Amino acid sequence: MKYMETAIVFSQEALAHDIYSMVITTEQIAKEAKPGQFISVYSRDGASLLPRPISICEIDGNRLRIVYRVAGKGTKEFSGYRPGDQVRIMGPLGNGFPLEAAEGKKALIIGGGIGIFPLLELAKGLKGRKEIVLGYRDHVFMKEAFEAWGPVSVATEDGSQGTKGNVLDAVREKGIEADVIYACGPAPMLKGIQAFAAERNLEAWISLEERMACGIGACLGCVCKSKEVDHHTNVHNKRICKDGPVFRGEEVEL
Amino acid sequence: MGEKMTISTTVNLAGVELKNPVMTASGTFGSGQEYGELIDLNRLGAVVTKGVANVPWPGNPVPRIAETHGGMLNAIGLQNPGIDLFCKRDIPFLRQFDTKIIVNVCGRTTEDYLEVVERLGDEPVDMLEINISCPNVKEGGIAFGQDPKAVEAITKAVKAKAKQPVIMKLSPNVTDITVMAKAAEAGGADVLSLINTLTGMKIDVHKRAFALANRTGGLSGPAIKPVALRMVYQTARAVSCPVIGMGGIACWEDAVEFILAGAAAVSVGTANFYRPGATVEIAEGIENYMGQYGVADISELVGAVEK
Repeated sequence: MKYMETAIVFSQEALAHDIYSMVITTEQIAKEAKPGQFISVYSRDGASLLPRPISICEIDGNRLRIVYRVAGKGTKEFSGYRPGDQVRIMGPLGNGFPLEAAEGKKALIIGGGIGIFPLLELAKGLKGRKEIVLGYRDHVFMKEAFEAWGPVSVATEDGSQGTKGNVLDAVREKGIEADVIYACGPAPMLKGIQAFAAERNLEAWISLEERMACGIGACLGCVCKSKEVDHHTNVHNKRICKDGPVFRGEEVEL
Repeated sequence: MGEKMTISTTVNLAGVELKNPVMTASGTFGSGQEYGELIDLNRLGAVVTKGVANVPWPGNPVPRIAETHGGMLNAIGLQNPGIDLFCKRDIPFLRQFDTKIIVNVCGRTTEDYLEVVERLGDEPVDMLEINISCPNVKEGGIAFGQDPKAVEAITKAVKAKAKQPVIMKLSPNVTDITVMAKAAEAGGADVLSLINTLTGMKIDVHKRAFALANRTGGLSGPAIKPVALRMVYQTARAVSCPVIGMGGIACWEDAVEFILAGAAAVSVGTANFYRPGATVEIAEGIENYMGQYGVADISELVGAVEK
């Protein structure tokens, strides 16, 4: 079930340059949300029409935490919201990560840049053995929050912390092994993970993003190329907002 | 207070009776499955489906969507499942609701259009809307909609095969839309709908790149409303068949503007993306407006702008 709601801002803080964490109180959405799902957040500015799809970072009772980068007018507006302010949202949207895929197996959670945010609730939810690898360009954020849920390795492009290089460089350097990979991050990173998982015959679940309009699968704005024929159009296009945003690695062509 | 006035919002389009003048704009609402989870489809005058062709179309590369000031650009490229799956899945879904079904038809060639129109002849759909105005595909679509001879020819060809009343959907990307409107009427169109999107563009200055993979896209949303309203007004005065008005309608006041300008019915498109309840709110708003001004029948409002 998805809901249109007016949520109330509970807290707002800047985590890093242009990155904000906002906790909102919802009626139903938090109660039904799962790790890897997202919400549509609507601007109050009549000139910014389209909802901003923002991934869910944490779920706590009737509260949701969303962490987002200020990328334009809409997210700039959201970053100015203060406790008590109202915010119009729809959700929970998308399929989310399949936690059961890691049952009795060892999971490897890989996040890159702002792609790490939807992985925090996943890290919490996966009860078995797990490793976490986080990749950044330079500045490291939210590492401590992940450390509460498993061992964390870091990669930075400039080498200022952890392994110098990307997330897969860190995986190789540390000799990290796993049965199931969950990943979210920029497309080149996900492409690398697809290949890495295919070579080792590992199950991989990757979360994608794209420009969206409706957020619910009606407008066909946010498709990705799929190996199999899709159910909606009978071609090779999966809807990221509705069929995803999480796909099996071999299911999509990046 | 006196007796409660009886208000009729019923609209008759070429013999098809809609309970109210509010319908969805093609391409913004799928075939209603997704929005049906959020709103009551029984409240709509009609659902106009996303364009369907004779075979599945994969559409354009992404990004297909870009936001602009007060509007948005799309270049979906008419991705659709083709008429077979559409008849098997989408029509039975819509039949569950007390609303009229208008199927938007697209094609690359006249034969493509006719194949779909003939196929729909035996299906329980109420009207056909022929899309000769999509700006996002190279063949078909707008290629039929920018030349009055082509407009008349495709309209005639469709009318010869169609078992349901035919709506021709016009493009605003022309010098004089009334020329196209008259051509469609001459070809036998039962109803006209306008406007489709205006061709536009957006460039990301940081990446020095087009915002859309298709480079150009169709502009929609409140930003285009004044242009759409003017074209609906001109067209309604130029033809004698009913006109369905659309282009940036987001609230009941917008809808009433189009009706006063001459639209017999209205379509709501982009507003669905940011207010999924927009269609239902607009239908209620029109009824309240009629009550407020003592308008017993909505037909009294059509083209009733006075000065």
